[in-house]
Amino acid sequence: MKNEAIRILQKKNKAILESWMKFQLLDEGLREDLMSNDDLRSQSEELLSALTSNLNDNNIEDAKSMGFEQVNDILASVSISRAKQGFSPRETGNYIFSLKNALLEILQQEIKDPQELYMQSIKIGKLIDSFSIDTFETFLRGREDVILRQTDEITEISTPVIQVWDGILALPIIGTLDSARTQVVMENLLQKIVETGSSIAILDISGVPAVDSLVAQHLIKTVSATRLMGAECIISGIRPEIAQTVVHLGIDLSNILTKSTLASALKTAFTMLQLQVTRKNVTNLN
Amino acid sequence: MEKIPILRMGRLLLVTIQVDLYDRLAESLEADLVQMINKTGARGVLIDISAVSIIDSFMGRIIGNIAAMSKILDAETVVVGMQPAVAITLVELGLPLSGVFSALNVEKGMELLRSKLTNMERNVDGSDDGSAE
Amino acid sequence: MVVLNKELMTIVREVDVIPFRNRLKEHAVKIGMGLVNQTKIITAASELARNMLKYAKGGKVTLEVISTGRENGIRLTFKDQGPGIANIPMAMKDGYSTAKSLGLGLPGTKRLVSEFNIESEVGKGTTVTVIKWKNG
Repeated sequence: MKNEAIRILQKKNKAILESWMKFQLLDEGLREDLMSNDDLRSQSEELLSALTSNLNDNNIEDAKSMGFEQVNDILASVSISRAKQGFSPRETGNYIFSLKNALLEILQQEIKDPQELYMQSIKIGKLIDSFSIDTFETFLRGREDVILRQTDEITEISTPVIQVWDGILALPIIGTLDSARTQVVMENLLQKIVETGSSIAILDISGVPAVDSLVAQHLIKTVSATRLMGAECIISGIRPEIAQTVVHLGIDLSNILTKSTLASALKTAFTMLQLQVTRKNVTNLN
Repeated sequence: MEKIPILRMGRLLLVTIQVDLYDRLAESLEADLVQMINKTGARGVLIDISAVSIIDSFMGRIIGNIAAMSKILDAETVVVGMQPAVAITLVELGLPLSGVFSALNVEKGMELLRSKLTNMERNVDGSDDGSAE
Repeated sequence: MVVLNKELMTIVREVDVIPFRNRLKEHAVKIGMGLVNQTKIITAASELARNMLKYAKGGKVTLEVISTGRENGIRLTFKDQGPGIANIPMAMKDGYSTAKSLGLGLPGTKRLVSEFNIESEVGKGTTVTVIKWKNG
């Protein structure tokens, strides 16, 4: 005995697609700028045929069953690609909700018995709802991936290591220093020390909003790692209020070379490398 | 049994570690090196670890021991060429290798040792504690 | 969480640590783990293997490549039948050690991995499980 609704849906595949397309095109939020109607149509057709051909009595109430693997795959790739293309949740949601409308419309036309129509509509409704939830979840995951990638990019670009002199590197840190960031800072700095054979690194923290004990610990770790490599590390850009909090929090920075400005750190570095900066002797005006 | 070679370069000894150290090999290195310092009267030891990809607390202890023993025999130890990943891991592990000097490469390590030796010889009168940097 | 690959290695002598580390490195490279994280997990594994040799005269390590779908990682389970640890919170404190060593084994090791779990029963043995995620 085959379910009435399933038979109807499989038979009326074409009508459903037309009605679904109609619903989608009616929607004001349709993003023709992001996707052409032809693409939308072939995408919809693929999904619909995967759905109706795999639909049977056993799985109609279970969206997670093996039979719907193909449907779930298509939905996942649709919502992930939409998330990356910049579709809004409403636009993505409408895609699957309008399918529900189309399916219910066909059932309404075909099933005359109100009791039966009600039963079948509930079943189909539940099934599609369950697909919609998955769609939203994958959509969000797609967005999260975008955010994660951007975070990585920000961490990467916000820690430039600059060679300021032969043997002297500077690394201005801007923003909060958490443990993930510290790891990137350390890796970049140490790698550059090896590449350039520099023996002094200046870590400028003028752009770090606050130094608490955790941030201080990260700074100390960076200095220790630099020293293990055989280079010296100077921390510069320490504002008066940072000096205050550091002491109030009881953080011991006495083993670390600290300077208030990058300029004075550079001067210290010159002294350590036994370099001297002198004004070029134009004719002595005095 | 495998052995790690110790090269003599004037008043300095150079040890290049190129294999993964296991405990017995590391311990025999410790013993050989101390013998060698004693025999040659070397004033400095360079340990090149640029080919070492893992330093755990055991290896850390061996390096620390070598430095401490050399110090008693009046020789300074400099570890050269530590990999960035190794340095980061050691700091995270909480192993600062205190008492051991480091340098970026063999050349810089030799420079460091030479300047230390010259300093020491200048202060023949005595009060040099060597650890002041 | 899915286990993609699983193998069991026995560590009873100090030289067994080296092939184990090499195997671990192969897997870490295969899942695309960065050099620093590779170094961290191998160092942690080395510490734990040495602990096992020192306190329990050896034991077994299970090396697994795991995946949560979003991230891959490596899980190591060190199982020994040694004397066990009576006071785990104490053993996890920096600077504590019963044997002659630097006393930074367990807490230092914990800092090197993403997840750390220890279970021990006095007289029965100790099981330490660590996970290092590819980007963790």
